[in-house]
Order: sequence, then structure tokens, then C-alpha cells
Amino acid sequence: MKTVCLYFEIHQNIHLKRYRFFNIGTDHYYYDDYENERSITETAEKSYIPALKTLIEMAKAHGGYFKCAISLSGTALELLENYSPEVLDLLKELNDTGCVEFLAEPYSHGLSFLYNKEVFKDEVARLDKKVTKYFGKKPQVFRNSCLSYSDEVGETVAEMGYKGMLAEGARHILGWKSAHYVYSCNRNPNLKVLLRDASLSEDISFRFNDSNWSEYPLFADRYAQWIADTPQEEQCVNIFMELCALGIFQPLSSNILEFLKALPEQLKERGVTFSTPSEIIANNEAVSPIDVEYPTSWVDEERDLSPWLGNKMQQEAVEKLYSVAERVRVCKNKKLQQDFDYLQASNNFRFMSTKASSGGYRGIYDSPYDAFTNYMNILGDFTSRVNDLFGGAENEEINSLLTLIQNQGEELAVKQKEIDKLKAMIKRLEPADAEAPAKKPAAKKAPAKKEAPAKEPAAKKPAAKKAAKKAEK
Amino acid sequence: MKVLMFGWEFPPKIYGGLAVASYGITQGLSKIPGVETTFCLPKPCGEEEKFLNILSMSEVPVVWRDPDYEWLKGRLQNLTPEEYYQFRDHIYADFSYKGTNDIGGLEFAGGYPKNLHEEIGNFNIIAGVIARTREFDIIHAHDWLTFPAGVHAKQVSGKPLVIHVHATDFDRSRGQVNPTVYSIEKNGMDNADCIMCVSELTRQTVIRHYHQDPAKCIAMHNAVYPLSPELQAIPRKQESKEKVVTFLGRITMQKGPEYFVEAAALVLKRTKNIRFCMAGSGDKMNEMIDLAANLGIADRFHFPGFQRGRQVYECYKNSDVFVMPSVSEPFGIAPLEAMQCGCPSIISKQSGCGEILEKVIKTDYWDIEAMADAIYSICTNDGLYKYLQEEGLKEVDAITWEKVGERIYNCYKKVLGWQ
Repeated sequence: MKTVCLYFEIHQNIHLKRYRFFNIGTDHYYYDDYENERSITETAEKSYIPALKTLIEMAKAHGGYFKCAISLSGTALELLENYSPEVLDLLKELNDTGCVEFLAEPYSHGLSFLYNKEVFKDEVARLDKKVTKYFGKKPQVFRNSCLSYSDEVGETVAEMGYKGMLAEGARHILGWKSAHYVYSCNRNPNLKVLLRDASLSEDISFRFNDSNWSEYPLFADRYAQWIADTPQEEQCVNIFMELCALGIFQPLSSNILEFLKALPEQLKERGVTFSTPSEIIANNEAVSPIDVEYPTSWVDEERDLSPWLGNKMQQEAVEKLYSVAERVRVCKNKKLQQDFDYLQASNNFRFMSTKASSGGYRGIYDSPYDAFTNYMNILGDFTSRVNDLFGGAENEEINSLLTLIQNQGEELAVKQKEIDKLKAMIKRLEPADAEAPAKKPAAKKAPAKKEAPAKEPAAKKPAAKKAAKKAEK
Repeated sequence: MKVLMFGWEFPPKIYGGLAVASYGITQGLSKIPGVETTFCLPKPCGEEEKFLNILSMSEVPVVWRDPDYEWLKGRLQNLTPEEYYQFRDHIYADFSYKGTNDIGGLEFAGGYPKNLHEEIGNFNIIAGVIARTREFDIIHAHDWLTFPAGVHAKQVSGKPLVIHVHATDFDRSRGQVNPTVYSIEKNGMDNADCIMCVSELTRQTVIRHYHQDPAKCIAMHNAVYPLSPELQAIPRKQESKEKVVTFLGRITMQKGPEYFVEAAALVLKRTKNIRFCMAGSGDKMNEMIDLAANLGIADRFHFPGFQRGRQVYECYKNSDVFVMPSVSEPFGIAPLEAMQCGCPSIISKQSGCGEILEKVIKTDYWDIEAMADAIYSICTNDGLYKYLQEEGLKEVDAITWEKVGERIYNCYKKVLGWQ
């Protein structure tokens, strides 16, 4: 039986304000509150609210038949909390119908997966917690910023316990294969990978209202027929898009919501069902592992990270940002960590793209150079704040301390294992000793063993603490 | 196709951007088979390149004289005695009241002397003789100085007139136009069959302030010549902590030098490792020295004076940032040259060259904060510097006079109805 997996992304970044270099050191507030409020309320009004209302209506009309998945970035959640709480109410209402699955993603919608695994894991965990708190269910499936996927990310995500991950069905990774099957990560077969059908997804998100398109106007019956006409053995059709495709990329006047509403009926007639990502993962075996050496994304013709990391400016900005990642992670300054989240959002780097295809929306910036200059000014202030926190210590010094802490942590873990092993051994030995006629050696042996391992961590701890304290300064 | 071209400047004698542009245009045209250009110049120095016919206006007779053939042969530089006699047969009025020289011609001082208007008149008189003598298909006049000559030639020959607007008086004077100049410009445009403007910006000025039919106004962007091997060989500035930011051009109202000084003051308030250099001379120079002193940045702000020839390129090669804050720049070839030398550029949005350049930073000329920010950013962020340097070079290498020549040729054909 064929099934459709519908997934919507909700992400808005926190907009940065015009920040000149002479503000560095004097102004530590980087955000354009007016623009944040304006853009999120506009998006909510034009897209999120009507789209979510439609989804709720569809869920109610079709009982348990219609299903979809949604993920929210941390910044989007914050913006919605602050300016458009009604969207969150609608999400909860949709959640109550039981037809939606919420997915996990990095809190900041950033590129930390490329630069710092610890930061990445940390921010995914934070979002996971927040989503669990809101919707009462821990996400089982992960999707990365920009729908980026690579073997390495897959491995990390699998380690974190997710069962599945969404990715782009990019032509260069699929080759002759079809995106309509479930694949698995080639480094960890426990992680299943669902690949987006780019063409069917973009028929809705990009081309729906394009009167030059040969298929314009698109109706639900034809679209459903395309899905039904895929080869019999192909299991699942993954249609992923941003939620704001409904209402912003494709205006409401294009009747995109009517199209969506008509879709379940048409698919039902053709014997196609809806599934959430978790259901697909539970019901299908992976046909093969998929090899993705270089990260993919769901943007542009190349489907790679070039819109964010395509030129030298973007690379410099990203590298400079993540050069302080470790310090921000270990420091206990909430404000800095919050700024770090906002600065990580991939949108900031997209504004600096010089690709011909990225000439569109640039926010407050005139040009990629302007975006870069503004960002680097802010980053200049941010990094100096981070470094001030560490008492202006030299990079190398701090890095060596950080590695020291890390190494000691690892050492402790090894020792802990040893202790456990020895304890188990003692347990095994003790009954044997009790049976033994000579009691003396047994009594001697046990305390001696216990003492030795207990000493070591005690001896290590002060050193680690010292290092941490130094770092906090 | 025979083109009769009127110009005021031609390399190697360079007074401003006009000479470079005239050279590029004629060079570009010379690459097209079948195009023959005669370039009428007030006072050639004899060292011009020979890919086109240079016609020295001061050797064309306007008053009947009867010099000896052999003597004439030694006397004339650009003309043969036969050509001289041919011109003499087409003197159309009595100009003996003018101070003529030994061969009945009118002398030019060259460049932009005090009696410029008189020289323009003389140029016009001689153009009449040439137009009556020579065979040509189309007339092409560069800038207002030669417009009267172009109009005259059109009137006596009936051939179509193309005029090339390299700058208007609105650009030069920030709107306070000189009425005499304006009337000459307007008359030239009114009589032209096609107006080539060096940028869309200039085209809009021509349409708006000279009330021309938009259909006959065409934006014809300039290009730049590849650097010669000698210039290429000038070593690029070593990467160092001390950065140099350069302004290079006439220090006049049109070029917006005061915005550069103000931006420099903003930058220097925050950083100490940047030096500013304002190369060139002009009527605002003393005012700028004063301003820099008043802002307290004179220790880091330098005025090396007018740069010529090779010095210009040495200046670009030794700079980390080139800034052109022009208030109104019809085209502005300097940033292209800077980019050729590997120097990232910041230009004002009011500059025509910005229409064909992508790998430069554009700010409004009055927005000194944005300009200061851009300067600071290039000086502190290597990624931006490298990107602009490498991509800028690629971009500017693709802008060639050959392409411009081809476009001009197509334009000629359209005007002549050959297409």
C-alpha cells in the first residue's frame, strides 16, 4: 500500500538589526524587535494560522486517515510565544486530534552539526525538551536545519537515539534509485532515512501558482493521480515543505488551501494512505543504506550547502562564530548562550550568498557584503564578550584547559568502568570467599580494592574543578 | 562603414577620463572589419597609436594660403599635402578675421584652456571644412565640446549624428548648471539621431533634464583595458597589519571628497591601524586638508597630490580599499582599474559603473556610516577582502572594449537603417 508523508517546517529567524562597527563594545543588543514582530505576525496571519486551521479541519473531517508531521525551530517557537501565541494554540489543537507528529531539530536552525558535535547535541536536546513540554510526546524522528543530511550527521543523530531522519532526495545521492523507499544511514543501520520527493514537493511549494508552469493550474485529482501512478512497489512518497509555502510562497489567493483540503479525498479514492514519519519507519524495512559523503540540503539546484557556505565571506563568518562555540557551551552565561542561538540561524549566512539564485529576499541588507559586514560587526562584539568572560585568556590556553577537562572526563569514565568491573568481580568473589574456610584474606582484600578506585576520582576532581573555575572566570 | 569622430582628448595626452574612453571606443571599433574611423582631434601630439586615422584640426586650412608642396610636406604632421589642398578647396566662408597660422589653420592650446569657448568655436569652423571634404557614413561626437562640430557636420552632410555623453553639466556642478554649457549640450542632443550615454544614470539625466526622447537614448557602458605587463608586474602590497584606504581622483565637488574624510574620521575613532590616502588635486584640496585637521585625523590622513601614469597603478596596488564616493558619477572608470590591481572597491550608488559591477560594495554617497562600516569590514575581515579581490578581478576581466565596440557598431547600423 502506497502512503504519503506530509511534513511542514516552521522556522523564522530572529532578525538582526543594523549594527555599525562603532557599536562594537558599547551595544550588546543585536536584534530588530520591530522586524521580528512584523515578520512573525505577518507570516502567522498570512500563512500559519489559515494553514493550521485547514490542517485541523482536514484532521477532523477524515478521522484518523489524514496525518502529517511538523517541526519547529527554537527561534520560531520563541517568536511565536512572544508575538503570535495563537499559532501555538492551533498547534496544540492539531496535536489533540492525534494526527500530527512533532519532529526534533536543532534549536537554532544553525550549522553546528558541521563544526561542534557537542553544541549540536546540546541544542537538539533543548528543542526536544521544549517540544515534549508543549506537545506531551518525545520526538522520535529528527530533521536537520535546511534538511541537511550526511553520513556523519546520521551517525550522530542515531547515537542520540532517534529512529529516523528526514533528508533531501537529491539526484546526486540517489542516482538511479528512487526516493520512494526507506533507506538507512550507512554508518548506523538503526537510523532510517526518509528522502523527500523534490519534484512533487516543489510542485506545491514553488510552482503551484506559476502560470508559466506547464501543469498550471494544478488540481488535487491530477496531483493524487501522479502519486498513484508511481510504480506499484514504491512504498512512500515524502512531501516536505516549509509551512509558509502555504500562504506566503503561494498566496492564499491561489487557493492552495482548497487544493490541500481536496487532497485526502482524492488520495483515498486511489487507495493511498497518509502516514507520519514514525509510522513509515515502524512499518517499513530499509531497502539499502544510502551513501552521503557531503552534506545535502533542500535548497537550490545543487541541493548542497552552497547557499550558506558557498563563498569566502560565509565561510569566514561561520568559522569565526563556531570558534567560540566551545567556550559558549561551557560558560554558564544564559544571555551569551541565547545570543549564540540567534547568531547561529542559517538565515544569517544565506543573506551573504552571492549565488545568482539567491537574489531574492535579503531582509534589511542591500547586498551580500552589507549582510556580511553587519554580521561580522555583531560577531565582533559577541566574541569579545565571550572572551571577556574568560578573562581575556589566550585562545591556546583555554583550548588546552578545555581539552584537559574533556580528557579527564573521559579518563573518569574509563575509571568508572573499571570500578564497576571490579565491583562486579568482588561480588562474584564474595560468595566464594564466604564458603572458603580462611576468612582473613577476604576481609583484607575487599577494603583494599575499594579504597584504591575511590582515591583516584577524588584526586582528579580538584584538578578538573580548578580548570573549570579558571575557564569560568 | 566610415565613421567621422570628433573628440577632444586622446592618449597619450590624458586630461581626464574622456581620453581613455575615446581610446577604448575607437580601439573596440577598429576590431570590426569594414569600420574605418577618422578621429578629429584639436591638437595631436604625434605619438598616438596608428590603428585609426587621427586628423589634426590645426592643420586643416580655413583661410586660403598657397604654400609650396615640398615645404608643406615637411610642415604637416598628420596630413599629406594632397589632403591639405583638398581641404583648401572646401573652405566655405571668409575666416581671415581669425588669427590663423602659416598654413591658414587655427591653432589650439589643447586641453581645457581659459578661452575654451573660443576653441570650441574654432573646432566647429574646421569641422565644417572637413564635413564638406570627406566621405563618411556617420558622425560620432564625444562630449559637449565637440557637439557643435557634430551638429555642423550633420547639417552640411545630411549624415546621421551620434553623440556620446560622457558627462553632463548636471554631474559636474551638482545641479547648478552653467547656462552656456547647458545650451550647447541641449542643442547637440536635440540634433542627434542617437544619444549614447555612459550609464543608465546619465541616460536618465539626459531624459529628465535635457528632455530627450527616451527611444533615442541608449546606455553604452564603458569598459576597461587589460593591464599592460609592466603595470601587472608592479608588486601588490604585502599583507600587513597596517591597512591603506585610498581615494583617487580630482578633489572636486563632484567626487564627494568630504564624505571620504568624514568616513575616515569615523573609522579612525575605533581603529588605529588604518591609513587614509587622498590622491589627486583639485579646487577642494585645501578645504579637505583643513577638514582632516579639524577632525583630528591628520596624522593618519595623507595627501600625496596628483598621480600620473604608472603612479596611479602603484597607488592602487598599494591600497587595501579603494573608495569612490562620487556625488554624481556618469561612469567612473577608476574602480574598474582598482579592481584590476586587486584592490576591493567601495563606490557610491550614484556612480554609473555600479550598473555593471556586482563585486563591489555600494553605499549612498551621503551615508558615511555605511561607508565607514564597509571600509572597516574589508580591513578587518579577510574573507570579504579575498572574495572581493578574486571575484572582482574575474568580473572586471570580462568587461572589454571589444564588446563595447561591437555594441556601438550595431547601434550605428540601426541608426543608418542597415539592419
